[in-house]
Amino acid sequence: MQDLKEIQTKIYPPMVEGDHTFGTVSDKIGDLALKKRTPFLWYVGFGISFLVLQLLMMSVTTLVAKGIGIWGNNQPVGWAFDIINFVWWIGIGHAGTLISAILLLLNQKWRTSINRFAEAMTLFAVACAAMFPLLHTGRPWLAAYWLFPIPNSMGIWPQFRSPLIWDVFAVSTYATISLLFWYVGLIPDFATLRDRAKNKFFKFIYAVLSWGWRGSARHWHRYEIAYLLLAGISTPLVLSVHSIVSFDFAVSQLPGWHATIFPPYFVAGAIFAGFAMVLILCIPLRVWFNMKDMITNTHLVYMGKVMLATGLIVVYGYAMEAYFAWYSASLYEWFMMKNRMFGGPYWWSYWLLIICNGASIQLLWFKRFRESPFWLFIISIVVSIGMWLERFVIIVTSLNRDFLPSSWAMYSPTVWDWSMFIGTIGLFFTLLFLFVRFLPIISIFEVRTLLPDANVHGHHQDFEENVVQVEETYDRTDPPNN
Amino acid sequence: MAQFFQKGANNIARITMIMGVVVAGLAFFAYTQFSRSSYITGQYVELQQPVQFSHRHHVGDDGIDCRYCHTTVETTASAGMPPTQTCMNCHSEIWADSPYLEPVRASFRENKPIEWERVHDLPEYAYFNHSIHVAKGVGCSTCHGEIDNMAAVSQENTLQMEWCLSCHREPEKFIRPKSEIYNMQWQDNDITAEERLKLKEDYRIRSRDMLTSCSICHR
Repeated sequence: MQDLKEIQTKIYPPMVEGDHTFGTVSDKIGDLALKKRTPFLWYVGFGISFLVLQLLMMSVTTLVAKGIGIWGNNQPVGWAFDIINFVWWIGIGHAGTLISAILLLLNQKWRTSINRFAEAMTLFAVACAAMFPLLHTGRPWLAAYWLFPIPNSMGIWPQFRSPLIWDVFAVSTYATISLLFWYVGLIPDFATLRDRAKNKFFKFIYAVLSWGWRGSARHWHRYEIAYLLLAGISTPLVLSVHSIVSFDFAVSQLPGWHATIFPPYFVAGAIFAGFAMVLILCIPLRVWFNMKDMITNTHLVYMGKVMLATGLIVVYGYAMEAYFAWYSASLYEWFMMKNRMFGGPYWWSYWLLIICNGASIQLLWFKRFRESPFWLFIISIVVSIGMWLERFVIIVTSLNRDFLPSSWAMYSPTVWDWSMFIGTIGLFFTLLFLFVRFLPIISIFEVRTLLPDANVHGHHQDFEENVVQVEETYDRTDPPNN
Repeated sequence: MAQFFQKGANNIARITMIMGVVVAGLAFFAYTQFSRSSYITGQYVELQQPVQFSHRHHVGDDGIDCRYCHTTVETTASAGMPPTQTCMNCHSEIWADSPYLEPVRASFRENKPIEWERVHDLPEYAYFNHSIHVAKGVGCSTCHGEIDNMAAVSQENTLQMEWCLSCHREPEKFIRPKSEIYNMQWQDNDITAEERLKLKEDYRIRSRDMLTSCSICHR
């Protein structure tokens, strides 16, 4: 009997630890948003982020006033930090969609306590990403009809055969669906907060946001359908958005960009980077907010495994890029690859990338590192840097050696390149701090469904007994708390 | 738990949703109208000129040819603004004492050009050449309207890109025989569509793809 239980918990580790009931879950998560006193550390974190956000405001103002000449990119490196940062941010968002949509459809219970803030992370990352294509036009107020096919007095449309316009559609669809998905998931929780809020003002806000949710059976029925539909719509987006981002490069004829491996390799890279960011955020969060019982070590281990798997696909992508360059027998491709890896001025960035994305994740094969939040945190940071370097390597090393040696030139970022990039990190964390203060960072009602109370078989209230009961009655492969 | 809002709030929600669509639609309509209005384009706006010069009188009544003043229209990008000397060819003899013409005489005496207000002001990023249009059978009035009937000249067309493209996409609808270039009364259907197609071939007007390529106008 005892053995069975142990095996059971080993195969299906509980996703909520401790003695929680419906009420305590609502208390614990809801109170984070509703409590009167804001913790001092929140002010510190928010204050720093907000200051860094001002760096962004300053950079954008200067950019609009003076034009994109303040950046370091110039022929032949026409794309640099603006596109590197765009791809980096948009990639980070992908973990949120994967967690919320694909893992939902695959019935993975462990998504439940991380999906809410992973989705928030997606939204904030997309907001940061979207700034770059908008601002790299230099005149963002005109970008509306440069980017979108809005009827205009010029009598022309954007070039529909260009992946750049596909990108606009992909990213704006992605942002819309992610926002809807996040919001729909929040509605029942807004209702919980509305019912619990003491402050009239917040009660009003939460009441507006919850759209009169009463939690009736009909509400839940419609909610479930809507949520499932949105998950269905989001699922192809996980694959399509970054595929299309990769087309920005792959459709061009440039050596180093023109490769068929790009879409799958970009998608894997996006999920890889996204999970790294989720880990970077949730490892401190679960400590500061005392949420270790809801974001358990098991969650971290699972995310570590996803990172290892997607990371290996990315490493395979690097290997194939080099192989294709050689196998293509194209002089230009092979020169580009040699230049990128050995001879060129940016060779160090390539090997730094291999160390960050290829070597560091090998630690995750070992249980010791996989199960240590500290090491997971370190590896995630290294991977985030690595994924940024990946875009740097792809963009800058491919462009800086043009077909014509007379056009060769070096690229180096200016102060404004850096300030804008760092500024978007400020924006990201400012939004994140606001989110953790005013919204439930974990889905209250979904975590409740993980509790034994939500899966009552017969009269057994006790989880452990329940497990045994299930064990005796059903086939072993049946998850006990399903 | 009691509901926070009264039942009437449902109607507010519905009205908000409907009005959201309506307002967005109206805003879009307003945008399409405003962006083509004379406020933006300067179409039909008459400017105050330093001399009350009337094209209606000089072209319509007197029958002076366009090229008498705009001498370079057949050879260069700019049609050319006449120097004061051109005015004085006649006005040293007729209306020589008219107070209306004092600015012209002053300009002549002091050898300082009259500063006319530009009516057709194309942006710098658009390359435009009069001579090629004239050479390919585009008459003055096709773009400038019936100048011989304008006391004060104003822009007959919007000069917006969609207007340029409307002809560059199908020039065969707007061209005329070279003998009729300076005919202010010419109408596009004075000759048949077949004749115009024939003209297009005779003038060797290039393909639609070529005429609408970006660098034809944005060089």
